[in-house]
Amino acid sequence: MTLNGWLQILVFFALILAVTKPLGAFMARVFNRERTWLDPILRPVERLMYRLTGVDETREMRWTEYALAMLLFSVVSMVVLYLLQRVQTWLPFNPQKLANIEPSSAFNTAASFTTNTNWQSYVPEVTMSYLTQMAGLAYQNFVSAAVGIALAIAFIRGIARRERDTLGNFWVDMTRATLWVLLPFCLVGALLLVSQGVVQNFKPYDTAKLVDPQGQVTEQVIAQGPVASQEAIKMWGTNGGGFFNANSSHPFENPTPLSNLLEMFAIFAISAGLTYTLGKMTGAQKHGWAVFAAMALLFWIGIATAYWAEAKGNPILTGVDQVASATQSGGNMEGKEVRFGIANSALFATITTNASCGAVNSMHDSFTPLGGLVPLANIMLSEVIFGGVGAGLYGILIYVVLAVFIAGLMVGRTPEYLGKKIEAYDVKMAMLNLLIFPLTILVFAAISSVSPDFGTSQLNNAGPHGLSEILYAFSSGTGNNGSAFAGISANTYWYNTTIGIAMLFGRFLMIIPMLALAGNLGRKKTVPPSLGTFPVTTPLFTTLLVSVIIIVGALTFFPALSLGPIVEHLLMQARQTF
Amino acid sequence: MSKAEKKLAIWNAQIVTRALVDSFKKLNPITMMKNPVMLVVEVGSVMTTILLIRDMATGAAGIGFALQITLWLWFTVLFANFAEAMAEGRGKAQADNLRKAKTETIARRLLPNGTTEEVPAPKLRRDDVVVVSAGEFIPGDGEIIEGVASVDESAITGESAPVIREAGGDRSAVTGGTRVLSDQIKIRITSNPGETFIDRMITLVEGAERQKTPNEIALNILLAGLTIVFLLAVVTLQPFAIYSSAPQTIFVLVSLLVCLIPTTIGGLLSAIGIAGMDRLIQHNVLAMSGRAVEAAGDVNTLLLDKTGTITLGNRQAAEFIPLHGVDQSELADAAQLSSLADETPEGRSIVVLAKEKYGLRGRELAAHEAHFIPFTAQTRMSGINYNGREIRKGAVDAIERYVSTNGTPAPKEMREVVERIAKSGGTPLVVAENHRPLGIIYLKDIVKGGMKERFDQLRAMGIRTVMITGDNPLTAAAIAREAGVDDFLAEAKPEDKMALIKREQAEGKLVAMTGDGTNDAPALAQADVGVAMNTGTQAAKEAGNMVDLDSNPTKLIEVVEIGKQLLMTRGALTTFSIANDVAKYFAIIPAMFSAAFPVLNALNIMGLATPQSAILSAVIFNALIIIALIPLALTGVKYRPLSAASLLRRNLLVYGLGGVIVPFIGIKLIDVVIVALGLA
Amino acid sequence: MKNLVTAILMTIVTTVLLGLVYPLVVTGIAQVIFPEKANGQLIVKDGQVIGSQLIGQPFSSPGYFRSRPSAAGAAGYDAGASSGSNLGPTNKKLIDRVKADVEKLQAENPGKPIPIDLVTTSASGLDPHISPAAAEFQVPRVAKERGMSEAEVRQLVQAHMQGRQFGFLGETGVNVLELNLALDARSPMKK
Repeated sequence: MTLNGWLQILVFFALILAVTKPLGAFMARVFNRERTWLDPILRPVERLMYRLTGVDETREMRWTEYALAMLLFSVVSMVVLYLLQRVQTWLPFNPQKLANIEPSSAFNTAASFTTNTNWQSYVPEVTMSYLTQMAGLAYQNFVSAAVGIALAIAFIRGIARRERDTLGNFWVDMTRATLWVLLPFCLVGALLLVSQGVVQNFKPYDTAKLVDPQGQVTEQVIAQGPVASQEAIKMWGTNGGGFFNANSSHPFENPTPLSNLLEMFAIFAISAGLTYTLGKMTGAQKHGWAVFAAMALLFWIGIATAYWAEAKGNPILTGVDQVASATQSGGNMEGKEVRFGIANSALFATITTNASCGAVNSMHDSFTPLGGLVPLANIMLSEVIFGGVGAGLYGILIYVVLAVFIAGLMVGRTPEYLGKKIEAYDVKMAMLNLLIFPLTILVFAAISSVSPDFGTSQLNNAGPHGLSEILYAFSSGTGNNGSAFAGISANTYWYNTTIGIAMLFGRFLMIIPMLALAGNLGRKKTVPPSLGTFPVTTPLFTTLLVSVIIIVGALTFFPALSLGPIVEHLLMQARQTF
Repeated sequence: MSKAEKKLAIWNAQIVTRALVDSFKKLNPITMMKNPVMLVVEVGSVMTTILLIRDMATGAAGIGFALQITLWLWFTVLFANFAEAMAEGRGKAQADNLRKAKTETIARRLLPNGTTEEVPAPKLRRDDVVVVSAGEFIPGDGEIIEGVASVDESAITGESAPVIREAGGDRSAVTGGTRVLSDQIKIRITSNPGETFIDRMITLVEGAERQKTPNEIALNILLAGLTIVFLLAVVTLQPFAIYSSAPQTIFVLVSLLVCLIPTTIGGLLSAIGIAGMDRLIQHNVLAMSGRAVEAAGDVNTLLLDKTGTITLGNRQAAEFIPLHGVDQSELADAAQLSSLADETPEGRSIVVLAKEKYGLRGRELAAHEAHFIPFTAQTRMSGINYNGREIRKGAVDAIERYVSTNGTPAPKEMREVVERIAKSGGTPLVVAENHRPLGIIYLKDIVKGGMKERFDQLRAMGIRTVMITGDNPLTAAAIAREAGVDDFLAEAKPEDKMALIKREQAEGKLVAMTGDGTNDAPALAQADVGVAMNTGTQAAKEAGNMVDLDSNPTKLIEVVEIGKQLLMTRGALTTFSIANDVAKYFAIIPAMFSAAFPVLNALNIMGLATPQSAILSAVIFNALIIIALIPLALTGVKYRPLSAASLLRRNLLVYGLGGVIVPFIGIKLIDVVIVALGLA
Repeated sequence: MKNLVTAILMTIVTTVLLGLVYPLVVTGIAQVIFPEKANGQLIVKDGQVIGSQLIGQPFSSPGYFRSRPSAAGAAGYDAGASSGSNLGPTNKKLIDRVKADVEKLQAENPGKPIPIDLVTTSASGLDPHISPAAAEFQVPRVAKERGMSEAEVRQLVQAHMQGRQFGFLGETGVNVLELNLALDARSPMKK
């Protein structure tokens, strides 16, 4: 670990801290339908969209209709994405004449992008046409993110409203999220990325003559495409689906340390801002910051562990120099880029899994066991450390409800959260939401781990690391993350199908109880705060929330993790290989 | 039974014996269904028992370990049952005593023709009228429609001093099973057999039809959810173990599961609820539902009647203040005369003050000399016509009206004195003779000792107190200040009280109040916690969701504290139970896999001797902690009047952090012991 | 039902806006403001594309600075199939491969530990950089092969060093392709 490494991490965090309030306040205005400086341009576009799609923007929806609209939109757009992949070869913007995609992979990808997961079981540059990339995949990057933000806003309204049946209008929230929050920032972000060298063109792939031909190989095919426009929303919407296989480690997706910082910033910005929006819309600004603090604390725990583990390097390797110095960043460089080094790779890995982004600028599979444990554990905590846009906030709010319920009794009152009593129905919905996660991850992973034919045969690594690959795959799918211990060859019938199902479960089965909870909270009376009210704004609350997240997550996954990264770490210290 | 008997020791031998038997009876799976956490433990125990029998039959190795695990799993279930049985036992003991009170009574039912017939008490129906004489038991709940009697209600209140019950007014209700000591009364029966107060009381203390309270249901869902999570974690651990070439035995897996699922709180949850009700009963308060007890913990606003709750029931005359040109003794004389027939405590205190201060002895006045004027709602004055003297006393408005009928308006001075008294919290009573105002009697409210401190404590917990009084706003404000309540409602009529409750509730607040009169009934029903006085009317008792057998309105504060204590105990043990799991992982996981991966011994931070001893220690700790926490579950977490923030900090430290640390020490100690005993 | 119609219409409208208009607008602007960067910063020599400034290439001739090992494509540095090795830290394949590389490199520069990036694959398999330490490690060999002085080679290395952005962002790296092209320009290898 170096001072410069910590400085970069600190600068990143300072940027996030700085953007939280302005962006959060802006989003609160957008979703309260108050005037913003973008209105002169965007209001006409918005009104046109409502006219074209028949949306009555003044109509409010109950949680059931909100959920229905969200599901219908997701299903329709998912079907479109599936079909697009199945017929891409006959459509324009396909200079490489890439073939149509087979059904199980097309299903997996459609599920993956609709659920904001962006798990990629395919190699994009040899699979997806430019049209599929931009009108299918990048498109879903926008709308799945917009859906996530809309859902978070609906949840916030559930907390903020009193004795109201409705949570807002899904179409309006989704449209406003797209037009006000996503699109303007992506336009600017994409151009900033181009300025750093991210490509943006519709050229066929270039072929370069190698300077030093390698035997038979004399040429290098250089993949191209409309990358920057997709890269911007890939990060800003915490999607993470790479234009290229190597994702954000590819020099055309992430050419410089500055583009790297921009991308990392984009992953956290909206989610951090939403904590402020939460405070603003519920009138409990300090609570918003308390939630932010819990996220920040967990972020720092993660990055410190990952940076430390990666900087220490791999003790099994001999004859190499892994010590950081003025002329190298040292550490475990397998699967990492020189321009990013250890600090930025560990930071990116932590951020991308804190959030449900899944973009990578280094290969998590090649991380040291503890360095790799951080992304895996981040996902297993269900990505609530800032988290996916929207999803992170409503995810942590579920934990807040549980923390308030468990510890709230200790102040001698029926637990209440910002004046809303937490009752049986609320606990039921929170637990349902919480259950989906271990159910999906553990059951699928368990089956895969004892099925040599279709499960373990696809692994790239043996021993405990192989188990980590399986656990990571299903965690990433269920958590809608999309990053991978990418050694696993998941483009098989079994993994495409099960991870596809895991992604759908992890998104929609978790959203429905969440919305039900929001709807129920919105109907409740609000008890005014007093000295006897459970405090949700204090450092003590932040500590409690962090403890509940860690304990619930650890208790659920510790046994499995002990046979994966934990034992691998101990074995690595004993220089054992597999 | 006496009050002393009610405070049963926790480890009362009789209760323990009965609880031991009941813990086995409760093994019935149908009974266990109510408690999903413990049901899982029981199913696990059955599984290991079957496997144990198979292993014994086949003579497999490691029987000693398997046997001990199986036994301790059963103990876990039994200990949880024992906790519940202990809590119920205390109620059952009280129910037995109540049943003794419900002796078979023969009632004398009044027939339409005016004669009576003898019928057994259980045959009585609502609206029957019975006659009860001195020495007889009252056959059922009812209302006195004729007569007055002193009644021994010790059977239900534990209070041996007899109380007066009379027809009409707010003291007309009688309870079946109590005994008339003097006189004869006619009672209209108000409840059908099986629904009497004493029946309800037996049901309540026994907990026979105990419904789970809303918060308990919610907590049960949480515990069931966590149980499913851990079930998943353990069931899927076997495939992962097989992948790692370290498959586990069922004994070990069941042990892990039982240690992880929240058995501590799962085992103690119903005991905590029962004990909460029990604590109320020890305070002589009957809650008609557990829901009411929980609501008591949530109360935001306490409506307290001034008289009898905040102040001593009676105002006392403290001073005679003559108007200009009136002699003090003249005023005292008039005041005493006017009060001679006034049997209210205030009236008596005027006579006493006059006697003590001015040596005026109470006079026996013959009826022909004196004509007493009783207080009426119209005149709002009372007084006496005696020897041509017309003396009146009453509220200032009434006296002003009385005085002005003479043509001369009352002097300004009168108003001034009245207002001065009112401002200082006293009640002014103006005395006039022959339409001439003489002066003012200063009636003083005496605030009960220690009330200010109680209200400060309530405020620290975020509970607002509102004093309800019929006094005028000035008087009310002064007493409110003296007593330290947050707010007051002056000149309160029953509908004002109702409106206040509704207003508070509209803001989302929970309101508690006490009441006894029939006109309190709607407000008692509207309030979230309505404590009816046992001396009150039947209507009030039915409207409230609690009855205070001691009829002590101040007890509302204790009721709130008990409610809070109940919720705190649940929260504390839930937190403790979940926090415990951390240590259990560190005991069991290395033990499970250290054979396949010796490096995992690095996680054995407690340094437990062997894998078997580690697992066994965790299981034993898990079982014993239930027993260890029974006293806490029954007596409740110590209640402290602190703000939520300080309570949370305190309890998180004790039960959260403590819950993490304690099992590390406990498991290590057990490991040392069982290794020393050669058990593993 | 109404929501289903809206869902379909909304999908169409947003696809046009976000899937077509947005990328085309970005492309239009990018091609005008940053034509070089938007097209991949290709290096053209005699009308022939010979690489991109951003994409690494394999070098095995001893007179060239070597790039890092690559797992992209079968032969490495396949910019149409970017990929890392995805080998875990306890994977025997990784340990053995590094060991073999270390032995090979130690032969040419004995007694010095090998800078770690020189024996580990990058994340993309297209890493254009090596660390300054890895460049320094190769200076003696390249100088010898090229018949240049080590100081001269070192000077070139220095010239192609890409430092931290703003002095603190990222890590310093040496662009191998550009360095090797500069070497060729300064002192061409006999083929």
